[in-house]
Amino acid sequence: MYQTTYHRAASLEEAAKLLAQADDGKFLAGGQTLIPTMKQRLAAPSDLIDLRHIPELKGITINGSDMRIGAGTTHAEVAAHAGLAALCPAICRLAAHIGDPHVRHMGTIGGSIANNDPAADYPAAVLALGATVETSKRTIAADDFFTGLFGTALEEDEIVTAVSFSAPEKAGYAKFPNPASRYALVGVFVARRPEGVRVAVSGAGEDGAFRASALEDALARSFDPAALDGISLPSTGLMSDIHASAEYRAHLIAVMAKRAVKAAIG
Amino acid sequence: MAEISMKVNGRAVTAEVEDRTLLVHFLREHQGLTGTHVGCDTSQCGACVVHVDGKAVKSCTMLAAQASGAQVLTIEGLADGGELHPVQAAFREHHGLQCGFCTPGMIMAAVDMIRRHPGGLDEKTVRAELEGNLCRCTGYHNIVKAVLAAAEAMAGQKAKAA
Amino acid sequence: MSVEGVGARIARKEDKRFITGLGRFVDDMVLPRMKHAAFVRSPYAHAKITGIRTEAAKAMPGILAVLTGPELKDDGIGNLICGWMIHSKDGTPMKMGAWSPLAVERARYVGDAVAVVVAETRAQARDAAEAVEVDYEELPAVTEAVEALKPGAPQLHPEAENNLIFDWELGDAKATDEAIARAAHVTRMKIVNNRLVPNAMEPRAALGHYDGAEDHFTLWTTSQNPHLARLVMSAFYNVAPENKLRVIAPDVGGGFGSKIYIYPEEIVCLWASKRTGFPVKWTADRTESFLCDAHGRDHVSEVSLAFDADNQMIALKVDTIANLGAYMSLFSSCVPTYLYATLLSGQYVIPAIHCNVRAVYTNTAPVDAYRGAGRPEATYLLERVVETAARELQISPAELRRKNFIRAFPYQTPVIMNYDAGDYEASLEAAMQAADYAGFTVRREEARRRGKLRGIGMSCYIEACGLAPSQAVGSLGAGVGLWESAEVRVNMAGTVEVLTGSHSHGQGHETTFAQVVAERLGISIDQVSIVHGDTDKVQMGMGTYGSRSGAVGMSAVVKALDRVEAKAKRIAAHLLEADEADIVIEDGAVKVAGTDRSLPWAQVALSAYTAHNLPEGMEPGLKETSFYDPSNFTFPAGCHIAEVEVDPETGHTEIVQFVAADDFGNIINPMIVEGQVHGGVAQGIGQALLEGCRYDPDTGQLLTASYMDYTMPRAADLPSFDVLTSNTPSPSNPLGIKGCGEAGAIGSPPAVINAITDAIRNNELPMPASSQTVWKALRKAA
Repeated sequence: MYQTTYHRAASLEEAAKLLAQADDGKFLAGGQTLIPTMKQRLAAPSDLIDLRHIPELKGITINGSDMRIGAGTTHAEVAAHAGLAALCPAICRLAAHIGDPHVRHMGTIGGSIANNDPAADYPAAVLALGATVETSKRTIAADDFFTGLFGTALEEDEIVTAVSFSAPEKAGYAKFPNPASRYALVGVFVARRPEGVRVAVSGAGEDGAFRASALEDALARSFDPAALDGISLPSTGLMSDIHASAEYRAHLIAVMAKRAVKAAIG
Repeated sequence: MAEISMKVNGRAVTAEVEDRTLLVHFLREHQGLTGTHVGCDTSQCGACVVHVDGKAVKSCTMLAAQASGAQVLTIEGLADGGELHPVQAAFREHHGLQCGFCTPGMIMAAVDMIRRHPGGLDEKTVRAELEGNLCRCTGYHNIVKAVLAAAEAMAGQKAKAA
Repeated sequence: MSVEGVGARIARKEDKRFITGLGRFVDDMVLPRMKHAAFVRSPYAHAKITGIRTEAAKAMPGILAVLTGPELKDDGIGNLICGWMIHSKDGTPMKMGAWSPLAVERARYVGDAVAVVVAETRAQARDAAEAVEVDYEELPAVTEAVEALKPGAPQLHPEAENNLIFDWELGDAKATDEAIARAAHVTRMKIVNNRLVPNAMEPRAALGHYDGAEDHFTLWTTSQNPHLARLVMSAFYNVAPENKLRVIAPDVGGGFGSKIYIYPEEIVCLWASKRTGFPVKWTADRTESFLCDAHGRDHVSEVSLAFDADNQMIALKVDTIANLGAYMSLFSSCVPTYLYATLLSGQYVIPAIHCNVRAVYTNTAPVDAYRGAGRPEATYLLERVVETAARELQISPAELRRKNFIRAFPYQTPVIMNYDAGDYEASLEAAMQAADYAGFTVRREEARRRGKLRGIGMSCYIEACGLAPSQAVGSLGAGVGLWESAEVRVNMAGTVEVLTGSHSHGQGHETTFAQVVAERLGISIDQVSIVHGDTDKVQMGMGTYGSRSGAVGMSAVVKALDRVEAKAKRIAAHLLEADEADIVIEDGAVKVAGTDRSLPWAQVALSAYTAHNLPEGMEPGLKETSFYDPSNFTFPAGCHIAEVEVDPETGHTEIVQFVAADDFGNIINPMIVEGQVHGGVAQGIGQALLEGCRYDPDTGQLLTASYMDYTMPRAADLPSFDVLTSNTPSPSNPLGIKGCGEAGAIGSPPAVINAITDAIRNNELPMPASSQTVWKALRKAA
């Protein structure tokens, strides 16, 4: 790891100020992606601004069928939250399979979506649930938030503060992990909401998580695994590496989508 | 340089370290607690697992400065005086270790796992929960056995205490 | 059997320090004034080094030295060597290219060490290593052995034309070809044995300390064989003469072969310590382990197995190309030759066998012995072709094997080995029963109803272990003898220290060696300490690899114990005024059999040292040293059966049952033996399903350089194993031990692949059979 300077912010304002003062500062949430990247000397921020001690980022609130997850909520907290489980168990199951137990004790939903790793799980859920990303400056609709590989609509000094969404009628997530890294090789989140069916795919797209309209259309007609029988997705735009060709990923998307629907209708 | 202070195995420590110092290096090199190991660079092997504020974390994926103010428990602080923790005892009893390098992380992970599953554990759950800990010697067979046995022993102790 | 003696299933003595965090590994060592080393490594697979500029690095904070190859050469440090001479079939010796500990003029693989930085801290050393400016002129690279042999391929070493290290053969080519020509059936296959990275969980580390006052070096290193390290560093690398070099291998976190060899980093740390005047420590990060630890396997073979009309095997012909990487590692040459071709007869009577092996340089990490070393390659090849033949001949795989088993011993194979004992049918039967082989079709049908494809596969393996005897391996080209040495030192008050040249890095020697002593002397294992891993303490040794510590190392202990026991009996007979032949040692006492006359063991020990009343002419003391050199290899053998379920939608394979029935001869501690099998099987399943080391064929970059891309078996990838052992004692050593360390990794891969190919009804399936690979094979079968 290169030299860096650590700061601990006590408030959003202080965090923004610290970042503004830094040459090339970076916000540090759970650090489960950023620290390994820095260890590999692939990132070299001059300053790290630790967000873990900011009270505004903490906590999960449930209001009727509306859920708001503070950006600093760890994967373990989401996985174990009874209120979320009652309204949207799929989000708990997703969180329960991110990384490993130790990573889940540190990693946060805010850090995950702000980083927008193409193999992360949360972006698929945020997209499929039509969630709203709240930041220190504004609210951003999920569809506008993710802007490509590791890209988001966030400005440099903008901090994700929460993710909020309404309970879907049905939702499910199925992931096929990369055998080595255990990140998603393909992760598919399906959600049926009053506004319609959304299907979002993580792990597979060259530009990060994306919505799969062919699958959405099929499931809009019938929200049943059988609705996806025989469907075959093009491999264009999908990643290809030693663990999975684009073609294999395209195939897995259909399989995982079926399994996600099956989980959703349980 | 960062001024840090924390409790390590119940003892208050303060130090001045480079900001980039990882918690694992702080423990090993500044505190001389070499039971916590480093087995990879990508936060996967789990040889470095310690408890921070009661939860298992990878000490190679946390700056020492991030842990400032926290309570840190390492493998050296697990036994109660001369008495082994039930998980330590079970690893020995069931031959859950061979070379011993992954063992401290495995044991710290197992203690955390048992804490999070008060209703008990089965083999499938234990295997899934060991996702973040690699062992090259045992094929996990006896580690799984040891964790299950420890969970049962600890449930028995709790029942007795109640 | 006493409670703690031979055969007792007792917990390990060494565990306490590991479970409490008090193990002492090399990276845990801290010396006063110690500095840290970081290596500058080639980012290219093949490049000319035209210049190295170190000024900028030297100017960075905390930097004590930046050292390069030419300086190392100036100090007379020698090149690394391969210690096993192989001659090609034309009689020429193998072509060993120069391997400098720090590359001079040319780098030959990604990770090749080019310079070393010594700094106050590890982080400063890393920072400065990046600032060393190396001018590279990139050259074309080749990573696959088959490609490296082709005309026009990039050439690695001037010594080796066409990258060919040797072209070696074993067996009778003419008889084999003739038998194949008249065969009723010939099964032909191309078999690839995938390259693996050993991945001991403890990365390699070295701490070199030059003591100017004594003109003496000490090296703490992650070694399986400290004496061998000292020998090689003295005799070949000119680091220091043996009497001026102490090598200590303290707690070592797994080896699996990768810590046998002497690598550039150990040499450089010692040399840099003298150069700088400070102790110098280096610890690999995991990426360095992937790049630079010796890899394993990497064979491409063509095989033909011929049968007569009665399904009897009549000939086996094998043509193998072995990738040895960019340089010849210490024992690299014996792995694809004498540890491979000599095992091609397997458990079968095959009258004619011929094997040709070409060993090849490529721009990849050096390849050497990894758990099993040659024997997994032989077993995989043979057991895949036997299974395939059974499918072609439409005969049950068990029946075809049974029909061809060797049943009379000793059995001389056509490929050197003389099998001393075995009962292959017994292991096969035991495995089939434990696996409920007969009930498989019902389970397959039940799985089919759940949408899963279920398959079953077996493998009947044999291996040669207890690597020794010296004369035999010497005649085959080994540069060293493969005996082992022990000293049994009875202290004045009766406690015992056993000094052994074997090295424990997970095998539990502190317990099992003590069990052997406890059995013989009737004392508790707590009164026995095992001393190993330090050339200043232990007289001599050849180390631990090739499943040799039991068969060879413990036998040396037994030989020394024989002498201790004989002397103790003479002393006791003298003190008790009894006949020596009537003296027995049991329960911590030395007794006159059939009487109540006895002396506590401790008193006999003390008497040996007070020497007030010893038999006429007897020297004082009770301490004996031995060197043991066995008469033959040992031949563990067994049968492994894997049962799998494949998810046809994703190609994912789950191992639903794994049975290992092994004949290891006599067993000292069944718990430890079973643990060895578990670990070996996990590595074998890893090879079959998960692990594959991949280089980019164009650039020579290692694509699997971390756990992000190299699939290590995790707990959820594996089942619990069903391990059975039978015990046909080995006649080649006093304990009747055969060895158990490698069997799991040898027997399991073909069982798994035979099972998956059975499930998916497509025999074309490379390892590792990842989900993607199986999915593709399923699509081809459809």
